[in-house]
Amino acid sequence: MSQNNPSLDALLARDYEHGFVTDIESDRLPNGLNEDIIRAISAKKNEPEFLLQWRLKAFHHWLTMTEPHWSHIYYPPIDYQAVSYYSAPKSKADAPKSLDEVDPELLATYAKLGIPLKEQEMLAGVAVDAVFDSVSVATTFKSKLAEKGIIFCSFSEAVHEYPELIEQYLGSVVPYTDNFYASLNSAVFSDGSFVYIPKGVRCPMELSTYFRINAASTGQFERTLIIADEGSYVSYLEGCTAPKRDENQLHAAVVELIALEKATIKYSTVQNWYPGDKDGKGGIYNFVTKRGDCRGSNSKISWTQVETGSAITWKYPSVVLRGDNSIGEFYSVALTNNRQQADTGTKMIHLGKNTRSTIISKGISAGYGQNTYRGLVKIAKSAVNARNYTQCDSLLMSDKCGAHTFPYIEVKNPTAKVEHEASTSKISEDQLFYLLQRGLTTEDAVSMIVNGFCKQVIRELPMEFAVEAQKLLGISLEGAVG
Amino acid sequence: MLNVKNLHVKVEDKNILNGIDLQVNAGEVHAIMGPNGSGKSTLSNVLAGRDGYEITDGKVTYLAQDLLNMAPDERARAGIFLAFQYPVEIPGVNNMYMLKAAVNARRKQQGLPEVDAMDFLAMVKNRMRELKMDEKYLSRDVNSGFSGGEKKRNEILQMLMLEPQLAILDETDSGLDIDALKVVAEGINALRSPERAIIMVTHYQRLLDYVKPDFVHVLSEGRIVRSGTAELALELEKLGYSWIAEEAAE
Ligand SMILES: Nc1ncnc2c1ncn2[C@@H]1O[C@H](COP(=O)(O)OP(=O)(O)OP(=O)(O)O)[C@@H](O)[C@H]1O
Ligand SMILES: [Mg+2]
Repeated sequence: MSQNNPSLDALLARDYEHGFVTDIESDRLPNGLNEDIIRAISAKKNEPEFLLQWRLKAFHHWLTMTEPHWSHIYYPPIDYQAVSYYSAPKSKADAPKSLDEVDPELLATYAKLGIPLKEQEMLAGVAVDAVFDSVSVATTFKSKLAEKGIIFCSFSEAVHEYPELIEQYLGSVVPYTDNFYASLNSAVFSDGSFVYIPKGVRCPMELSTYFRINAASTGQFERTLIIADEGSYVSYLEGCTAPKRDENQLHAAVVELIALEKATIKYSTVQNWYPGDKDGKGGIYNFVTKRGDCRGSNSKISWTQVETGSAITWKYPSVVLRGDNSIGEFYSVALTNNRQQADTGTKMIHLGKNTRSTIISKGISAGYGQNTYRGLVKIAKSAVNARNYTQCDSLLMSDKCGAHTFPYIEVKNPTAKVEHEASTSKISEDQLFYLLQRGLTTEDAVSMIVNGFCKQVIRELPMEFAVEAQKLLGISLEGAVG
Repeated sequence: MLNVKNLHVKVEDKNILNGIDLQVNAGEVHAIMGPNGSGKSTLSNVLAGRDGYEITDGKVTYLAQDLLNMAPDERARAGIFLAFQYPVEIPGVNNMYMLKAAVNARRKQQGLPEVDAMDFLAMVKNRMRELKMDEKYLSRDVNSGFSGGEKKRNEILQMLMLEPQLAILDETDSGLDIDALKVVAEGINALRSPERAIIMVTHYQRLLDYVKPDFVHVLSEGRIVRSGTAELALELEKLGYSWIAEEAAE
């Protein structure tokens, strides 16, 4: 764009909508990280010994690591001793047994976020496991799911109720040694979600978790573990928001997915953490490790993400295609505005025969936003007949933003077919004028063009999330869905 | 309805329009002709409010409003429609969806409720039948992969759906085969009414055979060098533009 379009700028400068702070007393550990803190977290949660030992191993390993600096993001050094690693709404001390016991102020927060937490609102078909700061507040629809043998609960609860599943699968996709943030998470994670879908069961509803960071200078380190047993299917939704604060907050989550033979896991994220103000003050550091393991043959794992928030996003939802004929997918929209930075992409690790992966990445940069796609496609020697298709498109909305693409391809088997397409373009003045001339406002015109640009990804989202994504991207639904 | 007075326009320090005067009343059809590069598209774009033009002098009033002070989308909602010489492709944006959003934007302006989905569909299909357009174009992305002629028809479809007060057609006839030209001309004639005005930019008499203009203007080097009735176009067809240019130079 030759000159910045003033109405476009005004549109992009819109305020963060979820920036309210909830006033709740919280039970919070002092800032800092050492063995005592980890023991304290584990003790507060009354954890079995194996888990404490695992945390401690992770912590000692973490101490030997250094923060990674290979990504295309810039931020001042983080003081890991200035963070509190545990913060729970106070009333949790005498844990709420039902929704009635949940702090009404908390429920009001969720209402403001538009999360249907109350049972009657659940009829919409979304079961929500809401993670508020570090503990899971309420899980709905549990009993209905239990009839089918589906387990959907907070991570802490799973630790007590299903310790053998936790012990078997925890860290089996993302080991505690994996990377700096994953190790940190393994040491201090406070809660998260756990899902188990038994053999042959198709989960009858979308499972959903809503994460929200509330307390000041707390890190949120949640951990999600999803196991889809043979022949099962589950679609999981994750949404995130955080209040406005001037200091940066750290969010270092780990998500592990395990798909056994013929199982399918669809994992969708709409990430709208506080991005900081227009000058880059405040905002969430979103350093997340997400990985799925197609452990069985003919299994499938599909990641869809719409990333519009966070000051910095650093995440590469990946798939290890271990089982023969397994399928990995990654659909991503990342939008960076003002001073936001995103370094995101995926890794598709092909190990099994006839494994297939698809990567569709759409980066939108506005203001001074920096958007990097970083993707690895690795075809191991064992992966006979593997296929990958990658498409990576960037849309620039201003002269000061940036888009970068780093595709890494490693092919060890000559039968592999790997395709890569990439494009970078500025939002077209011609398209914009065309729509304005048809009477659309600048806002609607931009929405429509951006929507069109992201269509391939948005249509992968479940309906209710597509609505959210639409709101977030300022895009309109009808053109993208159906 | 539209009054253009002494309009001077510069693009990148180059004078393109050098004092255009044009009066268009409701019910009239004006044809604007003239050699390549004479400023016809520039005039159309400036009337529609496109960025990138510097207006150095002159005034334009539209329905008693100062047109040059209105944003392009305001002009559109106030009833100005531009059929583009080169309609742009918008991948990922559904044609029908865009059309509906446009119709609703205009209705909102007029204080009308959003159009009912079923009514809308019936209306579009009707119009498409008139334009001999296949319904499959509704589900395609805006102009994406359309042939030149299909794009022009799509412009006319939009025009008919939006029912503008003032339609500016920039070479809508160029690139149309003979049958398509007829169909498009019928579309334009269908819009003709005592309340509306049409400005047609064209190079060819062919279109004017079907849509008879009330006035013909010849643009040359950013000026209207000659205005007349439909007969002027016939003369041009015979003699070309050079005689007018020579005459103007005298
Ligand atoms: N953005 C621009 N930058 C530079 N020159 C321009 C620009 N737009 C128009 N011009 C110039 O202005 C003059 C008039 O162009 P315009 O498109 O209005 O002509 P036209 O009469 O519509 O021609 P045609 O019959 O070929 O469509 C041309 O010399 C053209 O090169
Ligand atoms: Mg032209």
